[in-house]
Amino acid sequence: MLITGAQALIKSLELEKVEIIFGYPGGAILPVYDSLNHSEIKHILTRSEQGAAHAASGYARVSGKVGVCMATSGPGATNLVTGIATAYMDSIPIVAITGQVSTAVIGRDVFQEVDITGATAPFTKHNYLIKKAEDIPRIIKEAFFIASTGRPGPVLIDLPKDIADTKIEFEYPKKITLRGYKPNIIGHPLQISRAAEAINKAKRPVICAGGGINTAGAEKELKKLAEKAHIPVVTTLMGTGAFSAKHSLYMGMIGMHGISSANKTVSVSDLIIAVGARFGDRATGKVEGFGPKAKIIHIDIDPAEIGKNVQVHIPIVGDVKQILDEMIKSVELKGSTDWNKYTDGLKEECFDDINDSYLNPVEVIRCLSNKTKGEVIITTEVGCHQMWAAQHYEFTKPRTFISSGGLGTMGYGLPAAIGAQIAQEDNMVINICGDGSFQMNLTEMATAIENNLPVKIVLFNNRGLGLVRQLQEFYCEKRYNQVHFSFVPDFVKLTESYGIKAVRIKKPEEIPKAIDSLISEKGPFLLECMVDIDKNVYPMVLNGSSINDMIGG
Amino acid sequence: MKTTLSVLVENHPGVLSRIAGLFSRRGFNIDSLAVGTTENPDISRMTIVVEGDEYVVEQVKKQLNKLVDVIKVSKISPEDSVTRELILIKVDAEPQVRSEIIHISEIFRANIVDVSRKSMTIELTGDKDKISAFEELLKPFGIKELVRTGVIAVNRGTNTIKIEEED
Repeated sequence: MLITGAQALIKSLELEKVEIIFGYPGGAILPVYDSLNHSEIKHILTRSEQGAAHAASGYARVSGKVGVCMATSGPGATNLVTGIATAYMDSIPIVAITGQVSTAVIGRDVFQEVDITGATAPFTKHNYLIKKAEDIPRIIKEAFFIASTGRPGPVLIDLPKDIADTKIEFEYPKKITLRGYKPNIIGHPLQISRAAEAINKAKRPVICAGGGINTAGAEKELKKLAEKAHIPVVTTLMGTGAFSAKHSLYMGMIGMHGISSANKTVSVSDLIIAVGARFGDRATGKVEGFGPKAKIIHIDIDPAEIGKNVQVHIPIVGDVKQILDEMIKSVELKGSTDWNKYTDGLKEECFDDINDSYLNPVEVIRCLSNKTKGEVIITTEVGCHQMWAAQHYEFTKPRTFISSGGLGTMGYGLPAAIGAQIAQEDNMVINICGDGSFQMNLTEMATAIENNLPVKIVLFNNRGLGLVRQLQEFYCEKRYNQVHFSFVPDFVKLTESYGIKAVRIKKPEEIPKAIDSLISEKGPFLLECMVDIDKNVYPMVLNGSSINDMIGG
Repeated sequence: MKTTLSVLVENHPGVLSRIAGLFSRRGFNIDSLAVGTTENPDISRMTIVVEGDEYVVEQVKKQLNKLVDVIKVSKISPEDSVTRELILIKVDAEPQVRSEIIHISEIFRANIVDVSRKSMTIELTGDKDKISAFEELLKPFGIKELVRTGVIAVNRGTNTIKIEEED
């Protein structure tokens, strides 16, 4: 039986077990939306294409499945771009499908035409412009395979309208032949035994866990390794949740706004075991100052990350879960040592009680953490609130901290929370945000209401851009420019107009009760906390300094 | 330092722009790039001369390997390979200097492929040194135009750069 290209596309998505698509319709993608009418696949209509891409990425981060988003040609496609780039920087598997003008007029600057494969080549793992309808099933199968295997990442498929209307005989390929794509999964046994030997000899080892642990589902292996040899663990921003913050061996997040105990542990260690981390600049600070006395073992699935930012002594390329599992066998059992005593001491230094007379955002996050036992899903936007969330919410589970790490995309949190809530209906999803970021994509509150998603929002309103203000304080000698809003809407009223309950607090004593109402609310809820704009994020490592050199650490 | 890389890629439209885009995005410098199909029409071979130290070359190789359309990347060592480039060079050639140009061309085994009243076009194949020496000698006559293909290279002996076919 002959079916259209658009029908073949939907059928292929069904065969890839896609349950949900986040998208926004338009002219060039009409045939695909028409075919979607007859499909079991659910479609979530967001309020902008960017929202769709972020929602797909939030869904992917929480579920571990490939997130799918869809948009029309031209501006629909370009609005996806920020979401795709965000997913690329954080290695998140999404498949983005865009409509394209008909092949006969490609290149003639017709209405809503844009070269989206050209535009997204630098920040997609791979992309396709479909030229023949017969290729659709193969390309869909390849796209899901590429997006989800090796180091995951976004794949974009551009489908011209005439190809979507072309009739073909549908046959879904059983096999994939991609001679240029063969991710290396199994770690080299010799390298693994060299690494284990180095661990056994090390006096002051530290594990640095990155987002790769979350991606590979290697949290159990990580815990096993850390416990067997009594190795303290630090995480990168992307590694948050990979190791329980309540574990006695946990030292905190490293980096520019890392926890002092974590940064200090790395700085004095003699062996850094980096697992699924890429030594990003925000994590390492000045590279020469990152573990200056340490040998480095680097375990990563992407060979291009080895030696890219930091010189490595023992590289191991492959799946971190498999490698850790293998390595644990040769790592010697060790009890608590002087090194552990020392790192425990570092931890005690930096966790003080807060007893402020003003509404301190850190206290809000700690209260939220306690009352939710560190078990809910937290999404964030980008800014001060993001750093406070990473520093002070005690994440106990992988895939629960959903944040734009690499690209630093403001406006990510709310749409990502929508995707996250769909991925885990039974868990609570809380978007922690600032008023700057929130205003970028707050229209997605409509998507939440429309789909009965009980997404919670904790909004720190400082009437401006706190983290940029902080940068201007340090790097521009307090010449503040464009970081204060002279107008902000009444967020409580605005939220209520969406049919979402909202509460505003101004004093510290209001925190516990407000958090209780947020948690007990069945539907979506917004808690607005009025905070001061000059509340900085500390510790802070200045540009060009090593992470041991912290202000306020 | 210059390094020659031989890159086997899928013969698809858009592959060249992906590779060129990768070089510009990552800040790698291309000295020359030559591309054409191989004995297998599905596969093209690019010979890329990269400028940069060992770290850069290693990064170029790894980043190229990450592209799905790139099948294989091999470094070509200058000692164990034959490298050639073809140039077309158009020089001012008034009748009184023609014989001298022809003489130089004969020494270099270059071919004169076009002659007009005031100019000559010469084709020369060779490695980098030979080509620059030739260019140097023709400079005094006045070079009107010079086009080069970029270096292509092949390993000496029975060594080949091929993909390991499965199935």
